[in-house]
Amino acid sequence: MINELISMNGYGSYVWSAFSFTLISFASLYFVTMLQLSKEQTRFVSKFGSLNEEKARAARLQNINREILSNTSKI
Amino acid sequence: MFKSFEPNKIFAITSKAPKYVLFLFIVVLTIGLTEALILSPEDYKQSHAVRIMYVHVPSAWISLGIFSFLALFSVGSFIFKNKNFSLISKSLAPSGFVFNIIALVTGAIWGKPTWGTWWAWDARITSMLILALFYALYLLAWRIYGDKEQVIKITSIIAILGAVNVPITKFSVDWWNTLHQSASVNVLSNTSIHISMLIPLGIMTAAFTLFSLLIFLMKYNTELIKVKNKGLDRL
Repeated sequence: MINELISMNGYGSYVWSAFSFTLISFASLYFVTMLQLSKEQTRFVSKFGSLNEEKARAARLQNINREILSNTSKI
Repeated sequence: MFKSFEPNKIFAITSKAPKYVLFLFIVVLTIGLTEALILSPEDYKQSHAVRIMYVHVPSAWISLGIFSFLALFSVGSFIFKNKNFSLISKSLAPSGFVFNIIALVTGAIWGKPTWGTWWAWDARITSMLILALFYALYLLAWRIYGDKEQVIKITSIIAILGAVNVPITKFSVDWWNTLHQSASVNVLSNTSIHISMLIPLGIMTAAFTLFSLLIFLMKYNTELIKVKNKGLDRL
């Protein structure tokens, strides 16, 4: 059963390489995108932290800024 | 109408959605892979090589679909001067490009056992390669002109020119004599593919669509935070 699944009547190398290429591409794209997202989030948090109290209060008035900060609290 | 899609209003959704989409994608992909690699039957002519269809066909469909949306939003951003549209089209491009590359590579892998060659310069394969070049140009334009004002004009022109290639790719197998077979799945006419193969194909297409949605959401959130980072600089 396992041997049959691997060899697939001699087409195994083609089928498995096509599926492997697809899944590796997915994983690579996911991790690169994830890395870019967390890099921007970290940058946002550090920039926000360097604002003085008045500017931070003004920035906090925007919903989107509060959302970004709440999503990055785990970083 | 566009105001309800403003980033400030939808970020609360787009920032939380990826984890649910990722979970759904893993579930649907697991079912799809089981169906595609184990449960679906082999073809009487192509034997097990037919299983490559379950990654090749959805990738090709999605890369064409994404480019159509990308062109639509690019034109929208150019006409309505809507920055959000350009962020959407920019966020769609990476997954579309990767799906295009997957379609080309898995097509080549499928071509060897079925046609006896990795590559042929026929209309369908060549037009898919041209589409990949348009994707690459589009992404490159954002990278080169990202901070300049003319970026929307340049990327819109690339998207419109590339969009002309989309129907050519779709109908190339009907308009010309190609090594590539004509469409087996048709929405408006009869589908020649058996239901036992159509089901795994449908599940894999759903999984790939969820993956492109996941990447789009993550990329869109990244772009929004980039904009907000610039906003903090101006404070």
